[in-house]
Amino acid sequence: MNQAIRNSWIVAIALFILLFGSISYVQFFDADSLNANPSNNRQLLKTFCSDRGPILVGGHPIAESVATDSDCKYQRKYNDPLLYAGLTGFFSKYAGQYGLESAMRDELAGTTNEALFDRISQAFTGARPQGQSVELTIDPAIQKAAFDMIPDGIAGSIVVMKPKTGAIVAMVSKPSYDTNLMASHDQNSVDAAYAKLVNEPGINLFGSAAYTKTYAPGSVFKLVDTAAALASGKYNKDSVLPNPAAMKFPGIAYTLPNYLYGQCDTQDKATFTFALENSCNTPFASIALDLGQDAITAQADKFGFNDKSLRFPDSVTSSKFPGSSDTLDGPALARSAIGQQDVTATPLQIAMMTAAIANGGKQMKPNLVQTVRTPDLKTVESLKPEMLRQSTTPEIAQQITDWMVSVVDNGIAAAAAVPGVQVAAKTGTAEVGNTGLNNAWFTGFAPANDPQYVVTIMMPNVDVATGAALTSPNASKLFKAVLKK
Amino acid sequence: MSQLLTVAKPRRNIELLLLVLAIGMGVMANALVNLNLGRTFDNDFYTQAAVLAGLSLAVHITLRFRAKYADPVILPVVVALNGLGLAVIHRLDIVTGDTAGQRQWLWTGLAVAAAIAVLWLLKDHRILRRFTYISLVLSVFLLLLPLVPGISAGDVNGATVWIKLGPFTFQPGEIAKITLATFFAGYLSSNRDLILLAGKKIGRLQLPRSRDLGPMVVAWIASVGVLVFQHDLGTSILFFGLFMVMIYVATSRISWVLIGLVLMAVGGFAAYKIFPHVTRRIDTWIHALDPQVIGATGGSGQVVEGLFGMANGGLMGTGLGEGSPDSVPLANSDMIIASIGEELGLVGLFAVVCLYALFIARGFRAALGTRDSFGKLLAVGLAFAFALQCFVIIGGVTRLIPLTGLTTPFLAAGGSSLLANWIIVALLLKISDAARRPTEPAVKPDDKPRKEVHAS
Repeated sequence: MNQAIRNSWIVAIALFILLFGSISYVQFFDADSLNANPSNNRQLLKTFCSDRGPILVGGHPIAESVATDSDCKYQRKYNDPLLYAGLTGFFSKYAGQYGLESAMRDELAGTTNEALFDRISQAFTGARPQGQSVELTIDPAIQKAAFDMIPDGIAGSIVVMKPKTGAIVAMVSKPSYDTNLMASHDQNSVDAAYAKLVNEPGINLFGSAAYTKTYAPGSVFKLVDTAAALASGKYNKDSVLPNPAAMKFPGIAYTLPNYLYGQCDTQDKATFTFALENSCNTPFASIALDLGQDAITAQADKFGFNDKSLRFPDSVTSSKFPGSSDTLDGPALARSAIGQQDVTATPLQIAMMTAAIANGGKQMKPNLVQTVRTPDLKTVESLKPEMLRQSTTPEIAQQITDWMVSVVDNGIAAAAAVPGVQVAAKTGTAEVGNTGLNNAWFTGFAPANDPQYVVTIMMPNVDVATGAALTSPNASKLFKAVLKK
Repeated sequence: MSQLLTVAKPRRNIELLLLVLAIGMGVMANALVNLNLGRTFDNDFYTQAAVLAGLSLAVHITLRFRAKYADPVILPVVVALNGLGLAVIHRLDIVTGDTAGQRQWLWTGLAVAAAIAVLWLLKDHRILRRFTYISLVLSVFLLLLPLVPGISAGDVNGATVWIKLGPFTFQPGEIAKITLATFFAGYLSSNRDLILLAGKKIGRLQLPRSRDLGPMVVAWIASVGVLVFQHDLGTSILFFGLFMVMIYVATSRISWVLIGLVLMAVGGFAAYKIFPHVTRRIDTWIHALDPQVIGATGGSGQVVEGLFGMANGGLMGTGLGEGSPDSVPLANSDMIIASIGEELGLVGLFAVVCLYALFIARGFRAALGTRDSFGKLLAVGLAFAFALQCFVIIGGVTRLIPLTGLTTPFLAAGGSSLLANWIIVALLLKISDAARRPTEPAVKPDDKPRKEVHAS
């Protein structure tokens, strides 16, 4: 009997050795891969109650952790949340993490590899890890001015950026919401606020519409056609383009009408200058038909369309040309060439495209983060301008700039003019279905001879008059503000 | 003579010393929780420290009177585990706002009182042998209780193993563990000769007569019934393991174990094919880390959250109160091992498993040392069932095997488990006392050790 007892004991001990093995596997050998598992948000939640670093604009915190009396020792607080909701996003235990709070989570939590030494010394001193502060490139005055230019009830977006560095000076969209609702420690109130906001039309809970939402770009896409035309060698600055009032396609009844609100109907041939000044449709449709879909796609790609990997540092929704996987037929290609059909773009993409033209064809990576500092104010990271791609040649960029200047001086964007400064611009009105409403676009830069700022304005679902009133005049005000004129 | 040579010394002072360490550990753990979660050391803290010390010392003093030669390691090990469990449950209460800690204190008090009662009232463990068949009836009764309408608590987390009495819920299966072990021990120690020798022989295999096996079959059907009607895979495995180890120790025939294992494999495969809840268990275990399986209702979310917690703890753990074990569902009961792994790390969890191993080793030691076959069988049964229970739950939490809902002895929040395990402690202490007590010349005739005990 005792031998059987001993044998049973060996079995019991064998079971325990298996347990030692499985515990070692989970907590040591497999721990790194479990910690990196995408379903694992524990590392993030670990910092939910801790002192995360602030997000600063002009030296003032727009997001900060405030000490509380409860067990959850710090509460995330957003200052001026309506103005900055689209940039900060929120850090919630119950509704997820978005925007800069998510994209800069390691820095804000102080858990980057660079902070490793601090972490080791904290392990010995018993201090809790402290987050790093993230200072943005945003100019609070411009941000506020831009925000106020969007009337309530219009889901517009405005982007102001520096073409030479890619620094974002302002990025706003409406409607906005109070991110503090999401950061509450009370799950019921977060759930209630989330359920209410997520169904509210126009609200983008997870990042500003300026980089998360795409719209038909309309006529601003003609800049891509122009660059493609000049790059092909088949066209030059003096080329004369066909400008029929309605473009016909062989064998079908459909015709593409020209733009109704400019001088397009006054002549059936047009130079680039005339076609851009009046934003005529048919000259650019004919360029696209002449060069073919691939050439336009290639140029669109060079301006940043179809880029799925851009982060600034939050992930940017990709803009699309042609937007469908099919080979386009004539009418579809013609409509795509004027930014309709399935072509879509974020306001940020249009700003980046404009910035590439302003910067001699060099497209810089957009960025929101100016500096990252440790709690003792040591700078660990600062904005390094980074070139994304050569979008076009300096010569073509200069040529397009000249034409964009004449769009303001003589054409459709005259209201964007700033006394004493050359402004280069292009407007767009993209039809939204058959509603009679348009997406009104403005994109441009100034000064044209030494581009410092790009302004892109997008007002969706407005009639032509409202669109005109909300775009070029506001662009003029923004240029005056940034250039201190 | 296979008896172990133990020096006949009471060793109660050693126990007291170890007990002070164990109580100290429990109190320190609670203190750490308070410190790290910013709690003040209010009256509750001191009361709890005093209660833990008082309860432990009460058992200790009982032993001095009633089981002077009992194993000195068992009690301190159990107090350490129970104290740690209380601290971890208290720690989780602070974050979740639950009051499981208070209930656990209440049950600890009751369970220790029950253990003391067993030590006082049960003069000799051999008396239990008289209740062999009553134990069988009691086991069946206890196992059927959760199916009785009116007191059944219904389906809780997929298993129908709870009953509800007023404000209390109770898992009768926990107590059935003890009564079944008592029955097997009594029945096998009385009938092992008949089982071994009477009956047909097929080749080398000696088949027992069917009437000798009758009661065993009843017990076996009861434990299989647990699986079929109560959907409780863990308890079913536990009973089957208990059954196997006791029959093996009684007969020393490895062939029976092999047949049992084959039966278990066949039964397990059939259960996998027939019962959807078993199929789901196995599938979610194999594909636990698939994102869809993690997110699914009844998926692997609980286990995987536990694994994430343990990985987060790593080697040294986050420290008590510094992790977020509360993000694991059932963190203070089924998943308490994950909570401990996260906050005390691999090192802390190893220590806990070592305590379990130590406890089980002392149980086996008592089995080896005691002179009567009933005591041997009962001690082995209880110790092995305990080992199996640790294996099933810890293995389940660490994804070594599919997770089944067994309680983590002494640590997990839950009254029935505490009560049953403290009674097991009392029984093992009693048996170890008999094992280590110097042979007394006067042995009552009816309790005379059976001859076969000495032949091995």
